[in-house]
Amino acid sequence: MASTVTLTVNGTTVTREVEERTLLVHFLRDILHLTGTHIGCDTSQCGACTVHVDGRSVKSCTMLAVQADGSTVTTIEGLAAPDGTLHPMQAAFREHHGLQCGFCTPGMVMSAVDLVRANPTPSETEIREGLEGNICRCTGYHNIVKAVMAGAEAMNGGTLKAAAE
Amino acid sequence: MANPNGIGAPVRRREDARFLTGRGSYTDDINRPNQTFAYMLRSPHAHADIISIDTADALVSPGVRHVFTGADMAADGVNSLPCGWLIHNKDGTPMKEPPHYPIARDRARYVGDIVAVVVAESREQAKDAAELIVVDYAERPAVASIRAALDGTAELVHDDVPGNVCYDWHLGDKAATDAAFARAAHVATIDLVNNRLVPNAMEPRAAIGEYDPANGEHTLTTTSQNPHVIRLLMGAFVLGIPEHKLRVVAPDVGGGFGSKIFHYGEEAIVTWAAKKVGRPVKWTAERGESFLSDAHGRDHISHAELAMDADGNFLGLRVKTDANMGAYLSTFSTSIPTYLYATLLAGQYKTPAIYAEVTAVFTNTAPVDAYRGAGRPEACFLIERLVDIAAQKLGMDPTALRRRNFIPKEAMPYLTPVALQYDTGDFAKNLDMALPMVDYAGFAARRAESAARGKLRGIGFATYIEACGIAPSNIAGALGARAGLYESAEVRFHPTGSVSVFTGSHSHGQGHETTFAQLVADRFGIPIENVDIIHGDTAKIPFGMGTYGSRSLAVGGSALVKAMDKVERKARKIAAHLMEAAETDIEVKDGRFTVAGTDKGVTIGDIALAAYVPHNFPLDELEPGLDEQAFYDPKNFTYPNGCHICEVEIDPDTGVTKILNFTAVDDFGRVINPLIVEGQVHGGIVQGIGQALYENCVYDEETGQLLTGSYMDYCMPRADDVPSFTVAYHEDAPCTHNPLGVKGCGEAGTIGAAAAVINAVVNALSDYGITHIDMPATPEKVWRVIHAHKPAMAAE
Ligand code: FES
Ligand code: FES
Repeated sequence: MASTVTLTVNGTTVTREVEERTLLVHFLRDILHLTGTHIGCDTSQCGACTVHVDGRSVKSCTMLAVQADGSTVTTIEGLAAPDGTLHPMQAAFREHHGLQCGFCTPGMVMSAVDLVRANPTPSETEIREGLEGNICRCTGYHNIVKAVMAGAEAMNGGTLKAAAE
Repeated sequence: MANPNGIGAPVRRREDARFLTGRGSYTDDINRPNQTFAYMLRSPHAHADIISIDTADALVSPGVRHVFTGADMAADGVNSLPCGWLIHNKDGTPMKEPPHYPIARDRARYVGDIVAVVVAESREQAKDAAELIVVDYAERPAVASIRAALDGTAELVHDDVPGNVCYDWHLGDKAATDAAFARAAHVATIDLVNNRLVPNAMEPRAAIGEYDPANGEHTLTTTSQNPHVIRLLMGAFVLGIPEHKLRVVAPDVGGGFGSKIFHYGEEAIVTWAAKKVGRPVKWTAERGESFLSDAHGRDHISHAELAMDADGNFLGLRVKTDANMGAYLSTFSTSIPTYLYATLLAGQYKTPAIYAEVTAVFTNTAPVDAYRGAGRPEACFLIERLVDIAAQKLGMDPTALRRRNFIPKEAMPYLTPVALQYDTGDFAKNLDMALPMVDYAGFAARRAESAARGKLRGIGFATYIEACGIAPSNIAGALGARAGLYESAEVRFHPTGSVSVFTGSHSHGQGHETTFAQLVADRFGIPIENVDIIHGDTAKIPFGMGTYGSRSLAVGGSALVKAMDKVERKARKIAAHLMEAAETDIEVKDGRFTVAGTDKGVTIGDIALAAYVPHNFPLDELEPGLDEQAFYDPKNFTYPNGCHICEVEIDPDTGVTKILNFTAVDDFGRVINPLIVEGQVHGGIVQGIGQALYENCVYDEETGQLLTGSYMDYCMPRADDVPSFTVAYHEDAPCTHNPLGVKGCGEAGTIGAAAAVINAVVNALSDYGITHIDMPATPEKVWRVIHAHKPAMAAE
């Protein structure tokens, strides 16, 4: 069975025919070729697929494309400014070496942005608890936590703290 | 520092720009025109004869193009996946090496063994059709564990492997070790299980096969740590494709940790199927398939004894280990519990006599192979647990007993009784640095403070050494390695002075594109932006061995230095010509070539231009161009080492262990990029903590079903399970036999951490008379141990 869905993805409105069983993550990756959103599991545990739907972080493997009909979706590809300037959270991940293989990174950054939106000044514990739904096998989370701290400050209008040298 | 992006600078990673914006290119992100999708039908049984396979309904299912079985591959002469290391038994006979076909032919030997492959127009259609395949299985009893395999009456996993024993191997001097035990004043013993783990790189494995009939060329794009190794194994051994007709590309790879070293059946399947189907064939694992079919790690059962004199000096070590190979031999499986494990059993200690026996067994479980650390965490865990038990027995402080037995730095180079020659290491210095960082002196007070709150506090140490950059090729070859262990590099200056570096190393998170570029920028005094590092494509790079065993910088970086040496030698000649000076008068510093005692000088950029536009060039003496290639075969392993200290607090009411502090002091030799090195340590530590407290791969003893086949059942460490860490390093004992003085840092965290954590847990529980707890020390296990020992304590 096919259905028609219309979404605004990274500022562009798209209308596509999809099978009803198509997950949002497959819609993004296979139909829109936005492959920055990754798939790391089949049980909605890893968070690699995290995107923003109407401004809130959502694991896009837990949502059908038809459920997102009419929504506004932001993926990692849509996070930086149109001129390419990184979002403060992206810049913080780079500055603090918050990524290694990069596979969890898009989901981690999208989750972190939403975390800070909900709690502008999170403590280390709040960051760790807030990112509990995103698994990273590479970084040991240490630098991710530092990056989110710095990213939060920068999102609040502060300057991006440099990694200690 | 001459170059702000040179050696020693915490350069922010260059690869991050694409990863942070969703522009990485992982295998599953790549789509080929007209591609089809493969779905692997896997055995639901641990052990079963395949009586028949009926594919008729699947073949007419919508979108299906082909259905393949083991018989189709057999008809095409497809061979077994090879094992890369031949081990010999104690009696000199070779190990058992039963065939391992990409698609099982007559029997399935583990849950997840591939029995049929559907190729269809879409992923969903292939999967739907696979449900229509009817496989008639005759189930056999499952051999699901080491103990079951070695039970004399056990079912045979392979009919021609008696007793399920792959090999029965030993290392060291048995007579000398027995003699040491005969004169021992004290003996510490331990029985332990090194728990089975699933590597769980976050990117599931994937592969795309393509065939171009115009020129007979095959291309495999795959999630690999070593594309040339895959090309060699798959081309020469499995599919019979000559290397010049086979290109293997490993693009961005989302973590490996060893699990993407090996040549997997799916790679051969998509490559072979692409030609049969006449279209590209793509396969991407679902996480459930990763759990079932990625090579797992660890899975040892060991008994060990340490003989000591009256003062606690180590006299001898005796180790008996049984290791699980799984159902088939994965690429490097056989070398892990032998040359990467038993050879490390000396640890940091001057134990004069060591004897180790290793029995490797087949079971009806997924193949087991290298996982971050690969043999060395198992060795470290065994030694460091045993040393703690010895200290407990002697009533000695665990740091004092370690210190008493450390190989002193003056004894370097030091030949261990288990065949390694440590080149450098200052083990006492690691400990001296680490102890004040954790305020060891204040521990007793902290323990008392915890006790006052009804909590149990413990501190644990691991003073580890490991061996990285496995080599040299000729010695490894004599020990059974079926591949070389060198690395390659090519440094290509372009006419206007920018540089492309082609390396046989592969980066899947380690940051080569930054670190390797730092080496070039530093050497030639050029902006790092002018250097690109190219890896992962056999059509572009010279033959290389890829990345595993913390070898990239020590071996690949050394090859790069050798190639840069060659560039500099030629550049020096060109410079002499350009400045009309004698070559012996040319001085080189930071990429500037000057004539001694004058102010004449040219840059490497000037030289590159002259080399490619050779109007003023010594053409009778030199070829044009500035493009040099080198291979480097190490003279020895490198030996990273360090001291990891963990402090925990256990809640006896819940059994929950909380890590309060984890401090690592490491010696990685010279550090090129401290930011990247520290990141490697953090990640490694959490994998070690994961093994110690959370992760456990469990097969049902009865049925051989994988019980921990998803993230719901297999506990991955998450951000709120671990603390932040204190890491430090020193550069006072650089490697003496490679040009950079580097040792490698990729596995150290994992090697030291598990032992440090469990030593801390046991220390916290020591008042209960507990001397050991097997990993993972889950709350349930800790709670049960506490309650089992409580009456004894109350009676005291
Ligand atoms: S892919 Fe969505 S949570 Fe793992
Ligand atoms: S950076 Fe590799 S999984 Fe997080």
